[in-house]
Amino acid sequence: MTKTMMGAFAALLTAAALPALAQAPAPAPAPAAPAAAPAANANTLDAIRARGNLICGVSTGLAGFSMPDSQGAWRGFDVDFCRALAAAIFGDPSKVRFVPTTAQVRFTALQSGEVDILSRNTTWTLSRDTSLGLDFPTTTFYDGQGFMVKRSLNVTSAAQLEGATVCVQPGTTTEQNLADWSRAARVSIRPVVIERVEDNVSAYIAGRCDAYTTDVSGLAAVRSAQTTPNDHVILPDVISKEPLGPAVRHGDQRFADIVRWTHFGMLAAEELGLNSTNVQAAVGTETRPEAQRLLGKTGDLGRMLGLDNAWMVNVIRTVGNYSEVFERNLTPIGLQRGRNGLWTAQGGLQYAPPFR
Amino acid sequence: MSEIAADGTPLVAPPEPRRAPITMIGPVAWARENLFANWWSTAITLAMIYLIVKFAVSFVSWAFLNAVWVVPVSPQGIANTEACRALKGVGACWAVITEKHRFILFGTYPYEQHWRPLIVCLLFIGLYIVSAMRRFWRWELALVWIGVLTLIGVLMWGGILGMPYVPQERWGGLPITLILATFGLAFAFPLSILVALGRRSRLPAIKALCVLYVELIRGVPLISLLFMASVMFPLFLPEGLNIDKLLRAQIAIILFAGAYLAEVVRAGLQALPRGQYEAAEALGLSYWKKTGFIILPQALRLVIPPLVNTFIGFFKDTSLVLIIGIFDLLTAGKTAIIEPAWQGFGVEVYITLGLIYFCFCFAMSKYSSGLEAEFNRHRRR
Repeated sequence: MTKTMMGAFAALLTAAALPALAQAPAPAPAPAAPAAAPAANANTLDAIRARGNLICGVSTGLAGFSMPDSQGAWRGFDVDFCRALAAAIFGDPSKVRFVPTTAQVRFTALQSGEVDILSRNTTWTLSRDTSLGLDFPTTTFYDGQGFMVKRSLNVTSAAQLEGATVCVQPGTTTEQNLADWSRAARVSIRPVVIERVEDNVSAYIAGRCDAYTTDVSGLAAVRSAQTTPNDHVILPDVISKEPLGPAVRHGDQRFADIVRWTHFGMLAAEELGLNSTNVQAAVGTETRPEAQRLLGKTGDLGRMLGLDNAWMVNVIRTVGNYSEVFERNLTPIGLQRGRNGLWTAQGGLQYAPPFR
Repeated sequence: MSEIAADGTPLVAPPEPRRAPITMIGPVAWARENLFANWWSTAITLAMIYLIVKFAVSFVSWAFLNAVWVVPVSPQGIANTEACRALKGVGACWAVITEKHRFILFGTYPYEQHWRPLIVCLLFIGLYIVSAMRRFWRWELALVWIGVLTLIGVLMWGGILGMPYVPQERWGGLPITLILATFGLAFAFPLSILVALGRRSRLPAIKALCVLYVELIRGVPLISLLFMASVMFPLFLPEGLNIDKLLRAQIAIILFAGAYLAEVVRAGLQALPRGQYEAAEALGLSYWKKTGFIILPQALRLVIPPLVNTFIGFFKDTSLVLIIGIFDLLTAGKTAIIEPAWQGFGVEVYITLGLIYFCFCFAMSKYSSGLEAEFNRHRRR
């Protein structure tokens, strides 16, 4: 009850804050030339350089994406993206400060300049892109809502969930998606609404619900934590689109470009077979034209972004390419590449425009 | 008056030989009187003993006999918790505490610098102990506080004396809880006295201001104040100017605690008989002398229990800062069990956290009841 009231209050506050958010820090659309951009927040890169580190807003704790380990060091997919960005800007992945942000304060933290970038698995939606004064330069991870059931139920698709009880968290898009899907697919399910993730999981394990629904990445993390993960199946049906990616302030195209192309660079590196172990050698021996441009040997691409030409060498050498980051953080929690595979090789959605 | 009849036999019959008297003192008597007075009392006692023993036995076997204390951790830092999972709940997995205790206590503070927050915690505890002793209640104590709090700031931030600088967002765990609670109450208490006096002032502007402050702050939940401090407040600041997140939360807590404590203090002021005020005025004391020497010492003594009640409440309320992404003790504990390998071992972590909170709150409560007894000695008959 109190949580719901809290949520309602947060929503109220956010609603009250929205006009302010939309007006205060979002400047007029910045012209293409950085020099002519409004002074206010258009020079994120200069501010980061002057400060000597990148400030990255991360989630307060989400397995695989951002979470402090036993020694208090931040680890995860979203965290590594910020490290890569720091490597691109400074050539040093350690020049980044991680600020834990909750779902409620994340956008204000970005708007007020408390953080330079949000890398905390935020879903890219139209309203966030426009009325919140944010920009989503790219999608680093394509997620979607799915279902997990016990293998013993012999359910193979979500359509068979007719009449099933489904554990779901309240007050999230997850709950709305479930209701939307249930109506659209004409599958009547009985939602069991439980506030906390942990309680949801234990209710599902104890058999209180037939199925548990949340983003597939979350399901995989829960499944991998079980004693016998094989007793649980994540159904192939995905009932919502959750493109997750970093968010930056609207109006600083130069910084957004750097964010976008750092991600693309990591994809291109995977495409070209460059990784943290072979990139140093490749700098000297690489002959393929696109790889040469990516590594800054020809083409002056780094300078066009306002960075050093060796920017991608630094990223790949210190953080790795996209698949290394994925395997380091998301494979251990049981996630497959799936739709996050390269479009060119695995038929996934990850696709880097040409480095030219 | 003679009790002896003519024939020499005593009038009063010699007492019948009686059974040995039932023990009237000692534990046996106490048990007989309180636990086994009649048959239903005996039945309840036996049932309770059965339940307590049963609970204690299963708790001991869960917490100690079947518990797993250490699990192997791979060089990559991934723990192998199969030993814990194999228990299936019959034993505690204290390995989560063994592995994560430094994270729970100190959060994301740089690992090799953990000695700094450790000293900070010890300094806080030392400060509490010294402040609690009446023989140190002199004005020099204020200097000690200023000195120690400065030292704590230096230790936490670093940047001098060869200690690397640690930005605030990396602080976490117990030091955060102690900082928020200590600074919060240390500043809120004087503030609350001023507000309570102001609320009883005869000057309308001051009175209105204090009433407005108290009612405004009391009318909203702490969580909304924290939201205001962390979500709305930065938007009013000029671009590029950012006040530290922890400081904003700290100010919100001070303002909130101040309003509540002010009402407690006001209760003490109102409980004093009018005669005390009039007598002080009759002596020709100024307002501040009257308040400082006559009114406050008596009023505060009256409100020790509700004051400590509020203190304990605020000590625990500091955990609400999790909503704005500050890793206090509770949040650090919650975050420790997000790692997939450790998911599902929340009970062990929460028991540990509960014990830490309990130690601080129980110490506060015991100390206050001692203080209360001592201060109110003159009232006892």
